[in-house]
Amino acid sequence: MNAGELHLADQDNPDWDSGTAELGHVLKPGQLDLSHKVILYLEDITVSFDGFRALNKLSLTIDAGELRCIIGPNGAGKTTMMDVITGKTRPDEGTVFFGQTIDLTRLSEPEIAHIGIGRKFQKPTIFENHTVFENLELAMKTDKRVWCSLLALLDSAAGDRIAETLELIRLSAHADRLAGLLSHGQKQWLEIGMLLMQEPKLLLLDEPVAGMTDEETERTGELFLSLAGKHSLVVVEHDMAFVKQLGGKVTVLHEGSMLAEGTLEEVQADQRVIEVYLGR
Amino acid sequence: MNPSPVPVPFIVRLGRSFDARTWQIVGLFAAFALVAVPVMHLALPPDHPLHLSTWFITLVGKILCYAIVAVAMDLIWGYGGILSLGHGLFFALGGYAFGMYLMRQIGRDGSYQSDLPDFMVFLDWKELPWFWAGSDSFLWVALLVLVVPAVIAFVFGYFAFRSRIKGVYFSIITQALTYAAMLLFFRNETGFGGNNGFTDFKRILGYSITAPETRVVLFALSALALIGTLLLARYLVTSKFGRVLTAIRDAESRVMFIGYNPLWYKLFVWTLSAMLCAFAGALYVPQVGIINPSEMSVANSIEIAIWVAVGGRGTLIGPVIGAFIVNLAKSWFTVSFPEYWLFFLGTLFIVATLYLPQGVVGLWFKLRGRFRNDDAGAVAGDAKGVRA
Repeated sequence: MNAGELHLADQDNPDWDSGTAELGHVLKPGQLDLSHKVILYLEDITVSFDGFRALNKLSLTIDAGELRCIIGPNGAGKTTMMDVITGKTRPDEGTVFFGQTIDLTRLSEPEIAHIGIGRKFQKPTIFENHTVFENLELAMKTDKRVWCSLLALLDSAAGDRIAETLELIRLSAHADRLAGLLSHGQKQWLEIGMLLMQEPKLLLLDEPVAGMTDEETERTGELFLSLAGKHSLVVVEHDMAFVKQLGGKVTVLHEGSMLAEGTLEEVQADQRVIEVYLGR
Repeated sequence: MNPSPVPVPFIVRLGRSFDARTWQIVGLFAAFALVAVPVMHLALPPDHPLHLSTWFITLVGKILCYAIVAVAMDLIWGYGGILSLGHGLFFALGGYAFGMYLMRQIGRDGSYQSDLPDFMVFLDWKELPWFWAGSDSFLWVALLVLVVPAVIAFVFGYFAFRSRIKGVYFSIITQALTYAAMLLFFRNETGFGGNNGFTDFKRILGYSITAPETRVVLFALSALALIGTLLLARYLVTSKFGRVLTAIRDAESRVMFIGYNPLWYKLFVWTLSAMLCAFAGALYVPQVGIINPSEMSVANSIEIAIWVAVGGRGTLIGPVIGAFIVNLAKSWFTVSFPEYWLFFLGTLFIVATLYLPQGVVGLWFKLRGRFRNDDAGAVAGDAKGVRA
């Protein structure tokens, strides 16, 4: 399937804000259906690498507009879960649905990005030989087929969008610098900025504040909180202070399955979670 | 950011790929190739000190074709990060396709006075094989020159890039591809003249192929083709397409996760590169007067990579300079010290790889930066200049 065939035609899905899920509704092919207010379903996902089960019957649902934190010890399957959602890894078993209708296991990475899932990697992955401005330009939501790129010209609306994002990620002064010359924290912000340029419905953020100063971490938290509602966010994080700041529902993964789910206080009080984290 | 309410015609955007100073240099080069060379070759008597010999016209015309190949190689290697060690195949295919037309232009003037090319008479063939149909038509052959290598490159590239074959594995497969093609073309039964290939051309479009006027026209066409190739390449690498291409080179997974499918980007530049090589091959054959399977040898394809490395990857002009440096050195060495040529070539490659990561163009930028004694600025400027 060609990436261009998939369009999120209806930007202002009425169900998104009003919350009145209608019984009968017509959907265009490829359109995100949020009629049950759930943006992402993972059901009984199993992924094995040479007999090692990275994910073991993992089930998880993310509501539209939710900000979810995922925690868990190393090797719990957090990154593998993101690989499955973004099409990098195909699950051996189980289903992954984006909204009610879009089966993510049938789409390639660029197609999944195109329908509205953005991903930030654990290690900041940006284009180091491009300027900060160009990084954002490349990420911007637009037709990303070859012919369009060959003839693309930057119009003023696009320029304004990039300027806005530069402002938001506080890199306006560095717009013309090569991205490789930024500090680690700035690279993290640039990658988040690139994600925002994609205008995704769902953002997957793998350890977004690793290597940031306390001040940068707090600002990142404020940014995420301002994004929640309009976007859905899934944040994988080890920094408990940051998870606390975000304040949403927390899911604990362990050995490829869900161990506990609830508010941070609830899961921190859970006996099994304590055992996993502290050892017996 | 300038609002651009009026759509700019493509030809204007293409023209803007070169800045004013570059256009001046291109103008000078065109004046040299299109005016000065014909005058110095045709109008001046052979004993005049400014007379250009046939040897010079043929040598430089040949290197101009090589330079086109080098620019095509830079597009995929320097900008796309895909090292092809089989680009000689596309060059040779273009040459063979055009060579078919040149063979038919010999008509009944061959050794056997037959309508068929000599090698077919020698093999006792009674009629042309099916794939020679239409080869007496210049237009049909001109189409073949571009389409056959494009289709082969597209199909090969589609499967290689779809399977995400990268780096050294891709390079080795391209080597195998050109080697296999060479073995195929060595066979007499393949229908392309076996190990002798095509030679003894007489005419092109009815004009004598050895006439000084024909040589001068072919030389001028090669120069124009090189200018056109550079302009197209410059447009590509400064467009958004070029930025996506270098992004794929540097961080392919990030490119995928922001919604570009690298397959089509790689395939486009790969196929275009193959077509440019084929076009250069078609211009090359009438100038040197021969095409045989040794053009498909692995060593030839590796040499193309050396031109680019010596001149400077990812600079477009560097590969042109590299093609000239290596080939001028080659023509001098193979006359003066034929047995040392390969040692020299190997040494040049090692020196370029170890000490000149950006080739001679990078060296020039570095020296200029030092000369201006403005280190910080020079380094930042160079990074952009070399990349641009």
